[in-house]
Amino acid sequence: MKKEIQVAGFGGQGVILSGFIIGKAACVFADLNAVQSQSYGPEARGGAAKTAVIISDETIGYPRPTSIDVFVSMAQEAFNSYLPDCRDDTVLIIDPDLVTQSDVGRPVYKVRVQKIAEDLGNKIVTNIAMVGALTGIYDLGVPDEAVKKAVIDSVPKKFMDLNINAFEKGLEAGKNARPE
Amino acid sequence: MSEMINQTEMREKYLRKGMLPSIFCNGCGHGSSLDYTFRAIEELGLDLDNMVFASGIGCSSRIPGYINADGLHTTHGRSLAFATGVKAANPELDVVVFSGDGDATGIGGNHFIHAARRNIDITVIILNNFIYGMTGGQVAPTSPKGTIATTAPYGNLEGAFDISELAKSLGAAYVARWPVFYPSQPIKSIKDAIQTKGFSLVELMSPCPTAYGRRNKLGNIKKLWDWYEDNSILAEEYDKIMNYGTDEEKAETINKIKIGVFQHTEKVGFFEAYEEQIANLMANDDKKWGGSK
Amino acid sequence: MRYELDPVRVRKILGNKKQFIMGDMAIAYGGLLAGVGFFGGYPITPASEVAEGMARMLPRAGGTFIQMEDEIASMAAIIGAAWSGTKTMTATSGPGFSLMMENYGYAIMTETPCVIANVQRTGPSTGQPTQGAQGDMLQTRWGSHGDMMAIALCPSTVQECLDMTIEAFNLSEKYRHPVVLLADGEVGHLREKVVIPDVDEMELIERIEATVDKDKFIPYSESQTNPGSKVPDFPTFGSGYRSYVTGLTHNDMGFPATDKQPDHERLINRLVSKITDDREKLTDVEEIELEDAEIVFVTYGASARPAESAVRMARAKGIKAGMLRLKLVWPFPEKAIYELSKKVSKIIVPEMSLGQMVHPVREFAAKDCEVIVAPKVGGVMHLPVELLAYLEEGSQ
Repeated sequence: MKKEIQVAGFGGQGVILSGFIIGKAACVFADLNAVQSQSYGPEARGGAAKTAVIISDETIGYPRPTSIDVFVSMAQEAFNSYLPDCRDDTVLIIDPDLVTQSDVGRPVYKVRVQKIAEDLGNKIVTNIAMVGALTGIYDLGVPDEAVKKAVIDSVPKKFMDLNINAFEKGLEAGKNARPE
Repeated sequence: MSEMINQTEMREKYLRKGMLPSIFCNGCGHGSSLDYTFRAIEELGLDLDNMVFASGIGCSSRIPGYINADGLHTTHGRSLAFATGVKAANPELDVVVFSGDGDATGIGGNHFIHAARRNIDITVIILNNFIYGMTGGQVAPTSPKGTIATTAPYGNLEGAFDISELAKSLGAAYVARWPVFYPSQPIKSIKDAIQTKGFSLVELMSPCPTAYGRRNKLGNIKKLWDWYEDNSILAEEYDKIMNYGTDEEKAETINKIKIGVFQHTEKVGFFEAYEEQIANLMANDDKKWGGSK
Repeated sequence: MRYELDPVRVRKILGNKKQFIMGDMAIAYGGLLAGVGFFGGYPITPASEVAEGMARMLPRAGGTFIQMEDEIASMAAIIGAAWSGTKTMTATSGPGFSLMMENYGYAIMTETPCVIANVQRTGPSTGQPTQGAQGDMLQTRWGSHGDMMAIALCPSTVQECLDMTIEAFNLSEKYRHPVVLLADGEVGHLREKVVIPDVDEMELIERIEATVDKDKFIPYSESQTNPGSKVPDFPTFGSGYRSYVTGLTHNDMGFPATDKQPDHERLINRLVSKITDDREKLTDVEEIELEDAEIVFVTYGASARPAESAVRMARAKGIKAGMLRLKLVWPFPEKAIYELSKKVSKIIVPEMSLGQMVHPVREFAAKDCEVIVAPKVGGVMHLPVELLAYLEEGSQ
């Protein structure tokens, strides 16, 4: 089993944290291997940002993605920039409020994760809602519960409930989502 | 204490014998500063086993070699950074750094600034001879304008560093400057500097007949030492003349080098503050972990 | 007070046994587990996270962290602190490592144990700060002036960042020599699973301190408590040995002997041979599919990862490919390379540079074995398929 996940957005959205949570879920809360790499440089300080996670039940050699299985985007610019890295059958997940132009000639999963976060009272947990949505839509090979534990382990105690809610609402929305 | 021990006994007690004879030339001021340091240590009753003498490169930087204590003769200009580490890992050691003007304010200027700014609790004795002596008389950041040096053969055009003024502006706890031919003030200043908490500087003006004097019409040792006498003035006197003197007196004084104690405060040294921070952090953790470690 | 870290406290600070962390952070963890009491460093990408981790954790463990004014000062401060009796460390990358070269030589000359973690990038000069590369493989060996040896380790995984940092401290204490952890920006910024050893799962080596009578102590000759060892006993500052430490050529007593040829020759030969005598004992390599291999990679660090992937791909195609990974790069495993070169027809050295370690590999390979570099510059790793192409071409 080997899964390559790429998450992208703009700097400040918590893109790196989302990848970190997925990797941690696999490594620490499910007995798998994972590696996370990320973009550094000007783009990590605003503009398009991305992180890649590889999950495997075997040792991971080359640690960068070579064949992306799922691409999650939380910003138009990032979607446009990194779509060419994907295969024709890569699962695409977006927030339609953040990526308004996603017509690529094939179905795309659309989950309004920013809306979920706003309804919970804080846009800052958009990324956590997206982690939930990703977990709901795509089989990461990691139990949902492990991802939840990784969320709990990675966010400030003060905002624990908010983050758990965001994850669960995102997860539910993800499970109900159909490619459109 | 000082009355009870004569010069010969003191040298017997403090000199590292295997290193003699010293490399110092006739008429050099560095040997005197070594004697003053011994006298200060003797009068303070310090334990040489608990002292570390660090230095960089240059004539003055050979001094730790002549002291029968732990000595760290480092790379050019870096002695204060080394000494910061020595003190960091064992703040109970008394750390004294010997440096020259080129070592401390040329190649090592940045380390000097930051050791003072951090308020590292060490004593720095800078032997200022206005020249790179060991390498044969090249111009230094402290060389007065007009100095003739092997690398300023037509006269130095650069402005000179005032080391004590620099240390003062950085908030050093103790700053004093004396010519080495003042016998008692340097001893008192070295004592005060060692005892003062925080970063302390004693700048000793130490004549270099070989590399500085010869090229600057001061080759005669007596003439050179007289030049220091004629061109230095107690800071209090200087201020009086500048405030109340005649124009003539002012003109005669303005280019003289001020000497005296310029700053003497008590400041909690960096490592004392650091240890307090560590203690607080550890107490917090212990509380968090339920009293056990 | 001399800082001695309580290992139980350190282990508690690090937290969970299994973690998902960056290579840089794993280096900081390794340092803390080894018992580092002083860290002096200066921010530089991609190594800054090591200093940031240390700044957060070291004071809680009872040690001292100082952000020095530059890398020259960082290297100086860790040497000074080592002489006060603690284990010390700094972390840097290319430009900072270049600045450290003079005091790196000083540490070698004065036999000061300390660890330098170099999360490598490329150059010349500022180069590509945020991209990983392997730019300092030879600078580690030859970068300071004069004759010397080097000890350096190359992690390929985040777990190795942690384990090899501990190992770096052990070698440094054992040989009284600076040890360089040659990580790279790829591994340094990668997050991966690490399993953190508990206190009773680690083997730590401490320097042998001087114990002989003070008037019989010989500070710069063979050990007086460990007969036959060329590593002298360590006279910690403040312990009463009143030792003189100098970067000048010195005699057995530590006194300058700058114009004495025999003193210099004896000193330098001992400084080098105290390490090279143990070259084979120190050799640490990983062998992958070497049994019947005809074409092989000799690799290290991050490059080993795509290389291993390429070997697997080649094997699936029936190519007799293999790989020798150097975990300890200096002192160079001369015999291991020679023996390998006699069994295979071609050695390919994948490097994130135009080629550095290919030179010692070529130097010690048997003459009938072809040795080439597979260079990759620009701050990215080789793709496995790119390295596969070398194997395919070489096996035809």
